[in-house]
Amino acid sequence: MIQKSEIRSQKSEAVIAALLVALAVALVFAAPVFAQNGEPTDDEVNAVAKQLYCPVCENTPLDVCPTQACAQWRATIKEKLIAGWSEQQIKDYFVQQYGERVLAQPSTRGLNVLVWVLPPIGFLIGAAALAYYLQQLRNPAPSVVAAPASAPPTDDDDDYEKRLEEELAKRR
Amino acid sequence: MTLTLGLTSLFLAFACALYASVAALIAGPRKLNAWIDSARNAAILTWPLLTLASLAVIIMLVQGQYQVEYVSDVSSLAMPWYLKVTALWGGQAGSLLFWSWLMSAFASAAMLRRWDRDRSLMPYVIAVSMITLAFFILLCLFVENPFRRLWLSQATGEVNPALFQPANSTLFTPQDGRGLNPLLRHPGMIIHPPMLYLGFVGFVVPYAFAVAALITGRTDDEWIRTTRRWTLVGWLFLSLGLILGGRWAYDVLGWGGYWGWDPVENAALLPWLTGTAFLHSVMIQEKRGMLKKWNMVLIILTYALVIFGTFLTRSGVLSSVHAFAQSAIGPLFFGFIGITFTISMSLLFWRWDSLASETQMDSLLSREAAFLLNNLLFLGIAFATLWGTIYPLISELVTGQKITVGPPYYNRVNGPLLAILVLLMGIAPLIAWRKASFKSLSKLMWIPAALTIPTLILFYFLGAAHPVALGAYAITAFVGYTTLSEFARGMVARMRLGENPLIALINLSARNRRRYGGYTIHLGVVVMAFGVIGSNLFQTETQATLAQGETLSIGGFTLRFDSVALFPTNDNREVTRATVTVFDSSGRLIAELHPRRDFFLDSGQPMTIPGVRSTFGEDFYVILVDWQPIGSTGATFKVYVNPLINLVWTGGLIFILGTLVATWPDADEEKRYAAAPASTLATAGAD
Repeated sequence: MIQKSEIRSQKSEAVIAALLVALAVALVFAAPVFAQNGEPTDDEVNAVAKQLYCPVCENTPLDVCPTQACAQWRATIKEKLIAGWSEQQIKDYFVQQYGERVLAQPSTRGLNVLVWVLPPIGFLIGAAALAYYLQQLRNPAPSVVAAPASAPPTDDDDDYEKRLEEELAKRR
Repeated sequence: MTLTLGLTSLFLAFACALYASVAALIAGPRKLNAWIDSARNAAILTWPLLTLASLAVIIMLVQGQYQVEYVSDVSSLAMPWYLKVTALWGGQAGSLLFWSWLMSAFASAAMLRRWDRDRSLMPYVIAVSMITLAFFILLCLFVENPFRRLWLSQATGEVNPALFQPANSTLFTPQDGRGLNPLLRHPGMIIHPPMLYLGFVGFVVPYAFAVAALITGRTDDEWIRTTRRWTLVGWLFLSLGLILGGRWAYDVLGWGGYWGWDPVENAALLPWLTGTAFLHSVMIQEKRGMLKKWNMVLIILTYALVIFGTFLTRSGVLSSVHAFAQSAIGPLFFGFIGITFTISMSLLFWRWDSLASETQMDSLLSREAAFLLNNLLFLGIAFATLWGTIYPLISELVTGQKITVGPPYYNRVNGPLLAILVLLMGIAPLIAWRKASFKSLSKLMWIPAALTIPTLILFYFLGAAHPVALGAYAITAFVGYTTLSEFARGMVARMRLGENPLIALINLSARNRRRYGGYTIHLGVVVMAFGVIGSNLFQTETQATLAQGETLSIGGFTLRFDSVALFPTNDNREVTRATVTVFDSSGRLIAELHPRRDFFLDSGQPMTIPGVRSTFGEDFYVILVDWQPIGSTGATFKVYVNPLINLVWTGGLIFILGTLVATWPDADEEKRYAAAPASTLATAGAD
């Protein structure tokens, strides 16, 4: 009988990936403890393959890649699991064989730190610029203060509600 | 004959585009009206010319003129006629031509429609759109020409493509073509590229008007009002393209998902992100006269990303630096993006002072401030996505090491921003312009917040006990209720008059299409978000090799492997088709599915087509991974159960419906608008 194993997928887009981070942490703890008795199931092999990228196709995780080559790599994972290797050992082996591109995400070593660091820095700079801009608008230089006295802003929302009310009044 | 006609038309279109841009640029500042008219006529003429060129390619594809390199690359005898037609955008040379054709259609339409009203802007609109068009035709003519033929050299015996007959060579006609990439032989992939391209070219129109506004100094919001509908049309098609692309991936890529943060997907998403920021932030300029510089920046960025996206979707450059170096396309694209970006930004700085805000921010708790936060989030997501997309290239260039930036990166970096963005989407419409108070805001929010609690309890008992999922559902449900409450407020006002609820809803939306169209789009996003959360956090999968009659179980379902059949088809495929039966938890038979693997002999590529049983609650999605060729006794299946995934598509439909409502022409608005710009026209004339 096939063992029923449910693996939460981290694949694909996320509207809520902050939350996925927590999930990733959970996954680490829930990582399949490979049973020493018997062969590893396909699900156990896929759990490792999922974290690796096909070394020849572009941007295809190893667990879903349909090519013959990838089927062989999955077989390799299975052999290593039988030999008692840990998940990390297998991943290291693939990195050593085919380079860092087999990992789904870059490490945090060397130049690759930039991958992780630049987006938050960019966002913070943007946030700081926005905060500065808002601050300026709230405490305008004296010369700017004169400006808003001009025509009151037209507000479509108010406008709309006004028109609605007028129309209602007319029909009443 | 067909070839000569097509090639000549393409060349003439190039000449027209060049002439139009030069004539417009020279005649514009001097107000030489006859020359401006002539430039316009030349610009409009590009459309029939490119139509002829595209038709020529289509005819050659349908006739199977395999001596033409492009025809033999993307079509084959076995392909049905409609696939031969759509092979026009199945390869790089053809898609560049197709892009140009759509671009000229949009540009011509903009010129015919807006000619009298925005006369002073038009010369520069012509120049900008025609320079863009000329660039794409240039690529078509000199780098990736779809009219190149194959020539067999007498001296070396080699076959090489060339436009004209090289010395000592004869025309070479292969027996059959290589055929279209199998992944592109799917209805989703037939419609998806045109939608995407329409979205791309749609954004060129507002960009052209923006640059025209900068050049003429007409920096009021005339250009924004003029192009509002164009922007929405571009955005509509881009959104449609993204949704169809997701559906296609789900149907043919066979990995159980619809979005993988692939570079090609990101390429289409990037201009959508900045374009969406633009759509929101122009409202601040229209209503409050603020953020004029920022809107310029956004449309310039969107244009640059449109060109970048067009480039990425077909070039395959991101796979390797070497691919980039091999083709002249890459440097040309980057040169063009660099030059147009620099010129646009220089123009912006030149007009910097005339783009000052007319009013000031009254409060941090205002619609304006909320829109600014929206822009920050959209730009933050766009930046992270762009960075993740191009970083592998940078890494290879600097260290020589190839790396992958996959979904875990995007989920981690973009996820929190997207979550805040969804929350903001629910709150921002409740915040008044200029100045809101927490008191009025909480008055509007307490009912949605109160409704969220029982909804969460319901979700909990339906099985979403995961704390992360509950948090995500809480945000989404709250946003859904606030959006619905906005509809309810408007409807109640109308119903007081005695309109029934349905009439009230229709009248409400018809009278203010932009507002309620926008809210409908927000509702679509909410529905999609439910689907995304469900299908991501609660997706389960399992894989097993089964002998005939054996079963596997997953999520209350049982799958039984019945048989597998191998057979060839008359369109040159070798099909392996499995038959499996699915039972529910009570043992009742609920479906017979046929996951299969098609092997395309002409192109030597496989295609995995899942067997799917789709219900509103979840999809049962089976992939045939492997099988024993002899005896057909065993087969390996991978099964996904994707809960709520149909909400992604349902939400997509609502989203598109909302965009249609917002885009649909509004006679009332046109009238109000027509009365307004007289003063702005007068000031522009004096400039």
